[in-house]
Amino acid sequence: MRRAKDFVRHLPDSTEHLKKTESFWRIVHIDPLMLIGLAMLTAFGLIILYSAGGQSAYLMKRQIVFFAIAYIVMFGVAQVNLDFVRRWSVWLYLLGIVLLIGVILFGVGAKGAQRWISLGFFRFQPSEILKIAVPLTVAAYFSARVLPPKIPHVVVCLAIVTIPAVLIFVQPDMGTALMVAVSGLIGLFLAGLRWRYIGFSLLLIAAASWPMWNFVMHDYQKQRVLTLLDPEVDIHGSGWNIIQSKTAIGSGGVDGKGWLQGTQSQLDFLPESHTDFIIAVLAEEFGLKGVVLLLTIYLFIIFRGLFIAIAAQTTFSRLLAGSVTMTFFVYVFVNIGMVAGLLPIVGVPLPLVSLGGTSLVTLMLGFGLLMAIATEKKRVSVNL
Amino acid sequence: MFRLRIGMSIVTILALVGILFYRFYDLQIVNYQAYVTASDRNRIHVRPIPPKRGLIYDRNGVLLAENKPSYTLTITKERVKDLAETLDKIGELVELNQSDRDRFYKALKRARRPYEPVPLRFKLTEQEISRIAVNEYELKGIQVSAQLVRHYPHKELFAHTTGYVGRINSKELSQFTEEDLWRYGGTHSIGKIGLEKYYEADLIGTPGEEQVETNAHGRLIRVLDRQDPVPGKDLHLHIDIELQKTAVNALGENRGAVVAIDVESGGVVAMVSAPSFDPNLFVTGISYQDYSALNGSHDLPLFNRTVQGQYPPGSTLKPMLGLGALEQNTVTPEWTIRDPGFYQVANSERIYRDWKRWGHGNNVDLRQAIEESCDTYFYDLAIRMGIDVMHPVGARFGLGELTGIDIPNEREGLWPSRAWKRGARGLPWFPGDSLNVSIGQGFVLTTPLQLAVMTATLASRGDRKKPQLVERVGDSEVLPWLESFYVADVEHWDYVFLSMQGVVHATRGTAKGISEGINYKIAGKTGTAQVVGIAQGEEYDREAIDERNRDHALFVAFAPVNEPEIAIAIIVENGESGSGAAAPIARKMFDTWFVIQGSSYMPTPEDAELSQVEVVE
Repeated sequence: MRRAKDFVRHLPDSTEHLKKTESFWRIVHIDPLMLIGLAMLTAFGLIILYSAGGQSAYLMKRQIVFFAIAYIVMFGVAQVNLDFVRRWSVWLYLLGIVLLIGVILFGVGAKGAQRWISLGFFRFQPSEILKIAVPLTVAAYFSARVLPPKIPHVVVCLAIVTIPAVLIFVQPDMGTALMVAVSGLIGLFLAGLRWRYIGFSLLLIAAASWPMWNFVMHDYQKQRVLTLLDPEVDIHGSGWNIIQSKTAIGSGGVDGKGWLQGTQSQLDFLPESHTDFIIAVLAEEFGLKGVVLLLTIYLFIIFRGLFIAIAAQTTFSRLLAGSVTMTFFVYVFVNIGMVAGLLPIVGVPLPLVSLGGTSLVTLMLGFGLLMAIATEKKRVSVNL
Repeated sequence: MFRLRIGMSIVTILALVGILFYRFYDLQIVNYQAYVTASDRNRIHVRPIPPKRGLIYDRNGVLLAENKPSYTLTITKERVKDLAETLDKIGELVELNQSDRDRFYKALKRARRPYEPVPLRFKLTEQEISRIAVNEYELKGIQVSAQLVRHYPHKELFAHTTGYVGRINSKELSQFTEEDLWRYGGTHSIGKIGLEKYYEADLIGTPGEEQVETNAHGRLIRVLDRQDPVPGKDLHLHIDIELQKTAVNALGENRGAVVAIDVESGGVVAMVSAPSFDPNLFVTGISYQDYSALNGSHDLPLFNRTVQGQYPPGSTLKPMLGLGALEQNTVTPEWTIRDPGFYQVANSERIYRDWKRWGHGNNVDLRQAIEESCDTYFYDLAIRMGIDVMHPVGARFGLGELTGIDIPNEREGLWPSRAWKRGARGLPWFPGDSLNVSIGQGFVLTTPLQLAVMTATLASRGDRKKPQLVERVGDSEVLPWLESFYVADVEHWDYVFLSMQGVVHATRGTAKGISEGINYKIAGKTGTAQVVGIAQGEEYDREAIDERNRDHALFVAFAPVNEPEIAIAIIVENGESGSGAAAPIARKMFDTWFVIQGSSYMPTPEDAELSQVEVVE
């Protein structure tokens, strides 16, 4: 019973209701500004995807269904008691780890990498679970510790981050591994990790990069880094993607070639145009104006998320909101930077715009948690 | 503490977004033009549109060379990921032998423009086209294109005249200028021999251009701009297909050559070199077996005897030399010799025999000497005339020099002179050399075309015109061209004409056999030429050697005598007898010619007059 009480939040008492005029949004546990941001992004994203996906009705339907599921998940998660989430996060994390090991043992392959677990009727990537489980676990871990963290706690936190990252890296899926690691490290940073530790780690990373390059990274991963440095080396091979995406972006100019009019994307010169390289389609067809609009929507969502983090009452909520939001930003930055030729090509989709079901659901799950944090405040203040 | 960290995060976010914005600013504003160019270069390609090659017609408008659609499988290398794998896949759909592959890789090495399709297989069948169409989705960069391919509907009949086109080879390509490369951008063939080569510049036309948009897989999306090609100019020949057929049929299985010239214009109305070959074999590339069969044949089908074959002309020179002698007063119509059947040069032991062992009688005049082809008379004439007088006469009739006909690879034969012998052989001119020249033997070599020109020059009473196959190039007429002329008294011309008429129509004429049932007058001269110095392959058996060592049979003629229209030269290799093997061919051709020219030939008063003269004699 206690658990059931925990799980569904108490509806506000009638007296409370009289005391403070509860807004509709607070009742449904939704942050309206964040919802507006997400809605704008969803709409804009679907417009771009329609063009990028070759105007395929099938793709659109599929993506709309995924969005519907993702929004339902978000609304559902927004209703969940955060205390419950905090207590259960470690179990989610452990489940994720078990599944990752399962992937290594019984995984299904695609393009030479084992990333999927098949449950007969559907298959999914366990690494998606870790994208949310790692920041949750880090936040939960530090919520019960004195901050800024001391060295043993930092070490535990690093273990929480490193174990799944390594398991994902060996699939191999460098992009997701990095993202999972970053989401946890952001939590560590927000928890107030001391600067001297940060400086020391940076030195360590610099020192580790040489053995990483020589003994750990796969050839195709190295190739991506080399390609970034000089795409002309291999015009028809790995350099092709980056050359074509830069050409698409550049030829869009300020105003763009017009919706559905991008020659690079419509004539198939741009690879992966509906997934990882979708922003090149936007840049080509809507020009710099479209890019600025998209960046503005992203910044709006991110700043709203950071505001929610600052306004959050508990350490857990704060850390969680902060790392979910910052991770979201990192996705945006890495994807756009990669398409624009600033970063190596790691398989990171543009959040909420690229085609893809699982990542949509995972992201919206994160936003559901943000919604929950945003509307949690009232309850806390009442309990005081 | 937490707020500070969030604040630092915001600063980081703004800085990173700033970097992103700067990157897009740099790509989309600063380098905008460069990327617009790059994206256009991706999708827009300029494709040459090959012009339609000019057609070739005979004088009646019968097509001798046309263009037929043929389907070609081409590959755009830049669109294909794995070439070998794609070729294997194609090999499962259409027949693809090793030579196709070799040729393709060769062509690939000299790919002329980026994204230009390179042909892999020619002459696809309907079935092959549909098999490719069905599997098109997995074959990127593959195209089936319709092209016009040269076709020679009459096959062997005109092979040596029209020549043929063939695929541009690396040697030709290496000699191409920038402009040629553009001109031949969409064309795979070029004139190799014959008229196709000589008139290449007129026939090829000017290519058009097409700006097309293609997607990343090389598939055509739309045509953005098009500039139509200008078709090549058509050639209208003097050649008459019926006359040509008559000559070929009359030659039958024999090796030989026939050239007929329109006396008035110098136009070549028939040109036959036998045996011939099918020029269509060469158009899209001849197979090794076919080529070695043609090239290895001892009948030399690829050899154009009319302009490249150099034969001793034999007695066919006699009318011309007789005319020269009359003009020089070396002989007169009244002058006669006694012919014992041989001739002996003064102060010499050597005896030169007449072809007739007992001679032609005691009072042989020039006319009889021509009619009966008396060698002794001409031995005597040659000695008294001398090479220095004989040589200029022959030169006026075009011997020893290129005729200037409008097909390539002509040879000039040999019309010897004192100076030539000193230069080429380092020897003085002996009287015996003159004797040999007078009967068209010894050093003398002529091509059948030269003999036809000589005969036409006689027929036109001295006007030597450049022989010309083409009458019209597109809309512009090729005018007759007078090369030189020979001036002689009218009486002398008449005398020689009558003598030549006697060859056919007189009772003792060497070619009297062809005058049966004739209603017009032919002036002709027979000839036989000894086969000298033809290299014989060792694989021949004796009988074959014997056959090939027989004399060549020659006949030159024009008709009608009083108003000559057409002059013919015929050589039948190893035909032995000019009257038996060569002259009947001329008769058939004259008959055909006059049928073509409007019913059978009607004698005119002048004709009657000439006949009377004959009767008086």
